[in-house]
Amino acid sequence: MTDATVARLAAVGKRYGPLTALDGLDLVVRRGELLALLGPNGAGKSTSIGLLLGLIRPDAGRAELFGLDPQRIEARRRIGVMLQSSNLPFTLRVGELLRLTMSYYPHPRGYDETAALAGIADLLQRPYGKLSGGQQRRVQFALALCGRPELLFLDEPTVGMDIEARQKLWAAMRALVAEGCAVVLTTHYLEEAEALAQRVVVLGQGRVLSEGSVDDLRRRVALTRIRCVSDLDAAAIAAWPGVASATRDGAHLSIATAQAEMVVRRLLDGDPALAELEVQRAGLAEAFTELTRDTTLQEAA
Amino acid sequence: MNAAILSAAPADAGRMPAGRVLGAYLAEARSECLRYLRAPGFMLPILLFPGLFYLVFGILMAKANGADAARYLLASYGVFGVMSPGLFGFGVSLALERDGGLLTLKRALPMPPGAYLLGKMLMAMAAAAVVTLMLLAMALGLAHVPLTVAQVAGLFATSMLGVLPFCALGMFVGTLIKGQGAPGMLQLVYLPMSFLSGLWFPLSMLPNALQQIAPLWPSYHLDRVALATVGIGHEPVLPHVLVLAGFGVAFFVLAVRRLRRVG
Repeated sequence: MTDATVARLAAVGKRYGPLTALDGLDLVVRRGELLALLGPNGAGKSTSIGLLLGLIRPDAGRAELFGLDPQRIEARRRIGVMLQSSNLPFTLRVGELLRLTMSYYPHPRGYDETAALAGIADLLQRPYGKLSGGQQRRVQFALALCGRPELLFLDEPTVGMDIEARQKLWAAMRALVAEGCAVVLTTHYLEEAEALAQRVVVLGQGRVLSEGSVDDLRRRVALTRIRCVSDLDAAAIAAWPGVASATRDGAHLSIATAQAEMVVRRLLDGDPALAELEVQRAGLAEAFTELTRDTTLQEAA
Repeated sequence: MNAAILSAAPADAGRMPAGRVLGAYLAEARSECLRYLRAPGFMLPILLFPGLFYLVFGILMAKANGADAARYLLASYGVFGVMSPGLFGFGVSLALERDGGLLTLKRALPMPPGAYLLGKMLMAMAAAAVVTLMLLAMALGLAHVPLTVAQVAGLFATSMLGVLPFCALGMFVGTLIKGQGAPGMLQLVYLPMSFLSGLWFPLSMLPNALQQIAPLWPSYHLDRVALATVGIGHEPVLPHVLVLAGFGVAFFVLAVRRLRRVG
């Protein structure tokens, strides 16, 4: 446990009947960092969050929030929470929900400040049930940050939001991190993790597959993506040395390789009519696919 | 816990003055009451059925049955009316909120312990108060049932406390069933139990076997207390109160255990 640990899972195991959800998982959240928790469905993200929030108890190992049992209310007064699905009371107005949640905390953020930060100032008088899905998510975000938390759990926060709302939420998350608030973010949008996270933990089958900065993660997967218009045979290219995969999409060829220079040379030699050549380093999406492919294959088997 | 964390956070991190904790309990209860008083789908049936039944059977048709019919049915329909905020207000909302994720969120948030259940309990008591006052107004204003102030106050108090065992029963059913199945299941508890306890017809009109098993139902005992309160029947009230208290505690303990285990 380092100086700045705010939450931690230590060698945590959790089983649901015959299913192993977490298998000796170690996870540390440090003060003020934005940690993205990624992984395919069933990797153990929700279970990890549930353990850190004290919603479920580990079968083995320990879960800690500010060095305390997560079920202690003193620990939970220092966190904010936005879960994947929570149907808040439809007949209550947004402002009433906000004031109720603020009452749980010792030093809540100001009412107007919270509304402005979450972008719900125009919704305060509306009944929650009359809001659109994206607006409801913004209200849930406001409830998560209203207690001036030191640690914020955001489980798939931008699902159902349009691009503008998502950008606003990203900006608010950056502002919170700048204030020193740590954030644990789970998301299916890898560009979200890429844009926001200082550290990324990839889970698979209840274990940590990879941990590091976004760049570290990208570097672990030394793949480059090549796209071009060509009538070369995709299946033949897939068999070339150094080619990880090659697929055809209409006129376009799409190739993933660790040796881009060699493959590009061979492509140009093979097809003088080749056009619209694009070479791009793999993003988080490719890295993620590569990292989790083995576990997905095992699951499929 | 190591020293570095302590020094990084304010010394009183996570602690809250008692005044603010009390404020959180009040805010929770206020929200719970507001949300249901604003939901006509919840309040209307609770008010409508006992009110309508009492108007038809207790006032309009009871004139032929003598003066005491309106008095008798004030107690019985009062009990019938008080059961539903307990069973439905508590049970259905708990079942829906376990399903919809609200309970999970509340458990993750630093809501003070028990505030959620306490809020629902106060809401059920508020709804029971509204039903009882409505029936009392009808009894006094329309049927001209002669009631002393002590009887009115007694019936009101009986309703306020009488809703609690049904809160516990509703809560238990709410922990057994998730989501939309709960209202149907609770109707299956509510309506037969009311009938078998003699809330709709006097017990003496039911078959002997059903009369024998009536003491099994909590509503029977609450009805005995309510009848004694308005001046009908001369049996001691205490045994019935004890049965109701035991019933309430038992279901509350069962429900809390299930909530802890299953969530």
